[in-house]
Amino acid sequence: MESKDNLRVPGSQKPLVIEKPTDLTTIGGTVSVEINEKKIIVPLGTTILEACKMSGISIPTLCHHEDLCVAGVCRICVVEVEGMRTLQASCAFPITAPMKIKTSTPMVRKARRHIIDLLLSEHYGECYSCFKNGKCELQTLAKEYGVDSYTFGHLDKPKYEIDKSSYSVVRDMSKCILCKRCVRTCIDLQEVGVLEAVNRGEKTHISTFLDKPLSDVICINCGQCINRCPTAALRANDPSDEIWAAIDDPKKHVVIQTAPSPRAAIGEEFGLGAGHSMTRELNTALKRIGFNKVFDTNFTADLTIIEEGTELIIRLYKALVQKEKIALPQFTSCSPGWVKFIEHYYPEYLENLSSAKSPQQMFGALIKTFYAKKAGIDPADVVSVAVMPCSAKKFECNRPEMNSSGYKDVDYGLTTRELARMIREAGINLPEMPKSDFDNPFGEASGAGLIFGATGGVMEAAIRSVVEFVLGKKAEDIFEKANIIPLRGFDGIKYLEIPIGDKVGPVPEIIQHLIPNWDWLKGATLKIAVAHGTANAKKIMDNIKAGGKFSECHFIEFMACPGGCLGGGGQPIPTTPEIRKLRAKAIYAEDESLELRKSHENPHVVQIYKEFLTEGPCGHLSHKLLHTHYTKRGRYIA
Amino acid sequence: MEKKNRKGSVLFSEYKRGEGIKKAITAARENILFEIRESKLKGRGGAGFPTATKWTLVSAASSEEKYVICNADEGEPGTFKDRVLLLEYPELVFDGMVIAGYVLGAKSGILYLRGEYEYMKKPLEDYLESMREDNLLGKNILGKKGFDFEIKIRMGSGAYVCGEETALIESLEGNRGEARNRPPFPVTTGFLGKPTTVNNVETLASVSHIVIKGGEWFRKYGTDKSTGSKLFSVSGDCEKPGVYELPWGTKISELLKLVGAKDTKAVQIGGASGVCVPKSQFERTLAYEDIPTGGSIIIFNEKRNMLNVLRNFMEFFVEESCGQCTPCRIGNVKLLEGVEMIENSKYTFSYINQLKELGRSMQVASKCGLGQSSPNSFISILENFKEEVFSGNGGTNGK
Amino acid sequence: MLVLEKNAMTDEIERLVDKFGKNRSSLLPILQEIQKNHKHIPDYAQQEIARLLDIHPVEIYSVISFYSFLNTKPKGRNIVRLCQTITCDLAGKKAVANAIERELGIKFGETTKDNKFTLEYVNCLGMCDQGPALLINERVYPQVNPEKAVQILSEVK
Repeated sequence: MESKDNLRVPGSQKPLVIEKPTDLTTIGGTVSVEINEKKIIVPLGTTILEACKMSGISIPTLCHHEDLCVAGVCRICVVEVEGMRTLQASCAFPITAPMKIKTSTPMVRKARRHIIDLLLSEHYGECYSCFKNGKCELQTLAKEYGVDSYTFGHLDKPKYEIDKSSYSVVRDMSKCILCKRCVRTCIDLQEVGVLEAVNRGEKTHISTFLDKPLSDVICINCGQCINRCPTAALRANDPSDEIWAAIDDPKKHVVIQTAPSPRAAIGEEFGLGAGHSMTRELNTALKRIGFNKVFDTNFTADLTIIEEGTELIIRLYKALVQKEKIALPQFTSCSPGWVKFIEHYYPEYLENLSSAKSPQQMFGALIKTFYAKKAGIDPADVVSVAVMPCSAKKFECNRPEMNSSGYKDVDYGLTTRELARMIREAGINLPEMPKSDFDNPFGEASGAGLIFGATGGVMEAAIRSVVEFVLGKKAEDIFEKANIIPLRGFDGIKYLEIPIGDKVGPVPEIIQHLIPNWDWLKGATLKIAVAHGTANAKKIMDNIKAGGKFSECHFIEFMACPGGCLGGGGQPIPTTPEIRKLRAKAIYAEDESLELRKSHENPHVVQIYKEFLTEGPCGHLSHKLLHTHYTKRGRYIA
Repeated sequence: MEKKNRKGSVLFSEYKRGEGIKKAITAARENILFEIRESKLKGRGGAGFPTATKWTLVSAASSEEKYVICNADEGEPGTFKDRVLLLEYPELVFDGMVIAGYVLGAKSGILYLRGEYEYMKKPLEDYLESMREDNLLGKNILGKKGFDFEIKIRMGSGAYVCGEETALIESLEGNRGEARNRPPFPVTTGFLGKPTTVNNVETLASVSHIVIKGGEWFRKYGTDKSTGSKLFSVSGDCEKPGVYELPWGTKISELLKLVGAKDTKAVQIGGASGVCVPKSQFERTLAYEDIPTGGSIIIFNEKRNMLNVLRNFMEFFVEESCGQCTPCRIGNVKLLEGVEMIENSKYTFSYINQLKELGRSMQVASKCGLGQSSPNSFISILENFKEEVFSGNGGTNGK
Repeated sequence: MLVLEKNAMTDEIERLVDKFGKNRSSLLPILQEIQKNHKHIPDYAQQEIARLLDIHPVEIYSVISFYSFLNTKPKGRNIVRLCQTITCDLAGKKAVANAIERELGIKFGETTKDNKFTLEYVNCLGMCDQGPALLINERVYPQVNPEKAVQILSEVK
């Protein structure tokens, strides 16, 4: 079990963590418990909830979430323990001694029913008019426990106004049941600290600093709170009505780009288990819905690698050869949640952030320039939609600087969940769709672009290209099948050193105008790191600030969401550690199945530099369309 | 700090400042624990957990850092005995903390004083300073090599729930006063995650006497299961409200007589979270085995409207619930609404019965003692004063 | 807040952090001092405490909102708190409350126009043997009646 000692959550929400013995045969390594008169032996420190699960007994939960530490506040999971006067919250009770547990006594059933009744009495709205209908955990419980009336009354008007101020997250606190999952997500998992409980007693509610609207506080729009909300209290700001209107408007040319993570997860919305990639089925579905063109965001992911990789090489060259004062390590900038995080919390490090736009925004700029021209369409008539695993992408496309095409580069960011709803609304069952390809002129993309979806993926994609550029060898000769395993997996922080050695290759044509040779890298060691979840990002940033080992890195990938984009705030609910693993597996499997697995080998990318971005990576037009700048926001709120 | 001429056999018996400490440090720790175990002293805050057991667990915990916390967040309506102890008998309380420090191997003591008692802070700090001057605090206390102990005063800020020991610790740690999940208990994982004992003011004061006079002496007072004496904070309809020291096992009727209560209809024992006892049960005793209490005694005479009393209590809980767990946060609101329904004659008996059932669920399913005890008044007043409450006159008792 | 005021506030908080220690356990003592000095905890102070203790402003706000004696909005120079709990209630709290409200021309929960008084109810002051009890700032006044209460208020500066 992961150590939770360093959590900053209050003790009221801190679990007793008993180190589960790795060797269960040691004396005292296990303990025997009786659950509903059935004996079971469990490792010492197992919670009652886990023990019940092991013996096939299901216990209802609301405030419990696998990603978060226990709160023990909703009390729905209470059970009877022999010898104890009160019921015990099974999620919060670690077993350290033999005990007899009963999970379905009259007292337990009555208490649970009362808790559901109480929550319903304070929960505004009717299920049929709620977007979470059918997916609400409170509703599911009410159904399980046969609730057919409001025992303790029901609100006839909302208690709070809906906060729609944010581009990304909508808060409807009248539907909040105070499970505090969002609080633990925001403070503990993400270290952003937007949401906390305020007031006490019946006045308790979840709020922001000084009860300000979400748009005015330090929210990074990651949407992880949405992903953990059991009811409809938190949702993404849904643009699907506007998108339908654009599709229905014959004058509009509506294009959509699809990111790799939604494709790996959207099947879950259609009853498939996690880990089924739906890329090509989705292409067909999107066409049937009425999108004029479907493009692959991986194409601009490849472009990002070229631009961002070139930027890194330029930075290194300036720092090592020209001895210029240049900000290093370079940080990735494709996660808009992370970008806003650093703008608020570490504005003094904005220089380190790669100026390369995220793949979404690069595509937006190209669609309304390169593509519109090629297709002979007035860019004013193009409506550009991006399906993303992310709620922060909604904010990103609304940044004022994101209109280098002369128009709003990306009109709408759509989450996986919202797209799934649109597909259902169109009467399409996605898994039954025939497969089809992406549209030209961007065509297919590489596996390197694809693995952007998983934590470590951007770095792996970059390294595949960088080692080939510098060493003149095939990535496969260095890493088996070009899979860079140390960068994969879900460790919060990953670190890797790649020695360059004495042999370097020729400088590839595409960047020959920037550097003469690689001799200056001989004998150097490339130091790279990867962090996912902003809590881990904070650890690295604090380490850099203190001059620790990460300050010596050259390149660091940061993703705001745990697991990277595949665990994004716009992904299907639930997202759990297990589900993240399966989504990652699907992404890496698809990558391995491709012929084309390196960004610089993507012929469409090579073509666009020949045809459109003729000054090469980081050239003038690139800078105009594919690069951006950031805003020092700071941590103060007026 | 002026001492009134209070009479009592145990707590208010003679005690010279520092004498408990002096005696303690000449004894082995186990011997003091033994005396406390012999005394059968139980926590005086209301929960009645055996003090010796708590201290044994803390003293057995292996940790460099341990804490002795004195819970002076006396917030239970009708309780003011700790005010009297701290203002008039600080030597008993602080000596008790130093003794605890010695027995448990702790170096830090914290007095958590409720915000409402801010005016006591200065005199108590002065008192601690005088203890330092007399080497009753500080390093090598009374010449005992290696026995260092300090006491800090930390203020509450107006939250009843912080009287719950884990909520108190949360408050000390700079958090909202929300009770923790248990296990772990403070004895192993308390303040800053270190072994911690949290004891009521009166408990620590009792310890000072026990160290001097022995467990057996203490046990002579009270009953078998409730040894020693108890301070009762008496208020409400009586001639002589105030703090009384009486042995455990005293009958309610005896106490009423002593304080000059006339025409008594009901006695609320244990404050808002306690139970309301009707006349017919005045022969019952105040003791852990009969009616346990932290000492709050509120007397109501025949003229009082019990529904108003209940309303006052429920309003108190709706406001003072920390709001983290469902049963307490919403449950108390529903019980208060029930009281309002009765007041306005808009109730049905079936709904009131449902509310009583809800109260029973709250008693077992709430996260901490607040929610577990807040329905007590609701249930006991509606059951013991049925006729008055459901007279159809909004509980005005025919007035 | 003016820059000068901000700087003074930062200095004050830095001193408090030095005094109580740079850790979360110091939060309540720091807040209590700021509250005492300014009769409320200004927005900027919350953000500065957050920065210096490395916690989030919303956590500070959350803690302040939990405790009755801490507040984020300015109050009057004198905070008058009348005990509303049972024995003070039995002993005539209502009459005292009415008298004070009439005299000051405000309701409980409000502040007088001259900013001299804020009226609040408070739960049990621990003066149940001597109710009704009034707490003005830090001082307790036991056994008040309507007349006495008004008299006491007239003597407050």
